[in-house]
Amino acid sequence: MSSEHEFDAGSTVGEDLAPGATGREHTLGQEVGGYVLGLALAVGLTAASFWVRGTDLVYGPGLALALLVLAVAQMGIHLIFFLHITTDPDNANNVLALAFGVLIVCLIVFGSLWVMEHLNHNMVPTQELMRMQR
Amino acid sequence: MSSEALRAPDPYQLEPRPAGAHASPAVTGHGAGGPAPKRIVVGYGFWIFLLSDVIMFASFFAAYAVLFKNTAGGPTAEQLFDLHNTAVETACLLASTFTCGMASLAVGQRSQKWTQIFLLLTGLLGLAFITLEVREFLSLVHRGAGPSRSAFLSSFFTLVGCHGVHVSAGILWLGTMMAQFYAKGFRQDIRHRFLCFSLFWHALDIIWVGIFSLVYLVGTLPPELLP
Repeated sequence: MSSEHEFDAGSTVGEDLAPGATGREHTLGQEVGGYVLGLALAVGLTAASFWVRGTDLVYGPGLALALLVLAVAQMGIHLIFFLHITTDPDNANNVLALAFGVLIVCLIVFGSLWVMEHLNHNMVPTQELMRMQR
Repeated sequence: MSSEALRAPDPYQLEPRPAGAHASPAVTGHGAGGPAPKRIVVGYGFWIFLLSDVIMFASFFAAYAVLFKNTAGGPTAEQLFDLHNTAVETACLLASTFTCGMASLAVGQRSQKWTQIFLLLTGLLGLAFITLEVREFLSLVHRGAGPSRSAFLSSFFTLVGCHGVHVSAGILWLGTMMAQFYAKGFRQDIRHRFLCFSLFWHALDIIWVGIFSLVYLVGTLPPELLP
């Protein structure tokens, strides 16, 4: 084994990260603190979602959008604090895969809603269709 | 030879290497540098699987979003869902994702005791979640709002039931991980499996965030407030 292959077993400096792996040197306290912070943010956003749903302080027709925004924010918190997907250069592979996944998810969900909405608008109502066939 | 102690550098790392640390020639990305470390290959492969699982869920979300107003004269989401039950389910799953994170830190510390304690907590919270969900499903069916009642309920049971099946499979996997850590210790291959398990468990909570926000909270808005 040549010397260039000898590394400090604990050090992960400069290596790509598997998703879910915290790469940098952290003390146990810091890592626990990261999870606690993530949990606090997630609990806060969850509580905010349920509160927004029950309150009449938010403009009614905007409620659905507010809940969507809170959900996306909480997904981001989970990705960063629990799955450890960050903008770290080490993490580029994982982020690129995630970005592709998000693209497909958006295409499927918003594409379906858009197409079906138009389909409902443009379809001949059933009763009229029956009359035409007579 | 312990492959961990003499870990070869990842030839495909994207960050510049620290000077002098491991001056391997620049790799062009055509396989010239040899395979990446197993931990990265396993984690990345499982990450790709999870993303395709998320895409499957996206299809179910799309079906629900398209169909949830098609109640065929039957009960609507507003009449059926109990948001208190949803809140408790959410709390269980969020707490279990936290204890799963704690378990992965315990694995990092090679502490058998804390690994088992946190995994047990994770499993119990997951079981509590599943129990609440099954109870909700049974009560819906008893009230005549089973999956065959309307397109809305079909898409609801498919989406939420699919998530429940994932959580149940996760609990089985978790039990297997506890047994393997106990019987075989913190071996490298077992830790790789556990990395995949924790990714799976955290991803399920992300899916649940979408479900409780969109299916339960947005779904039960009065019709005049829906987009």
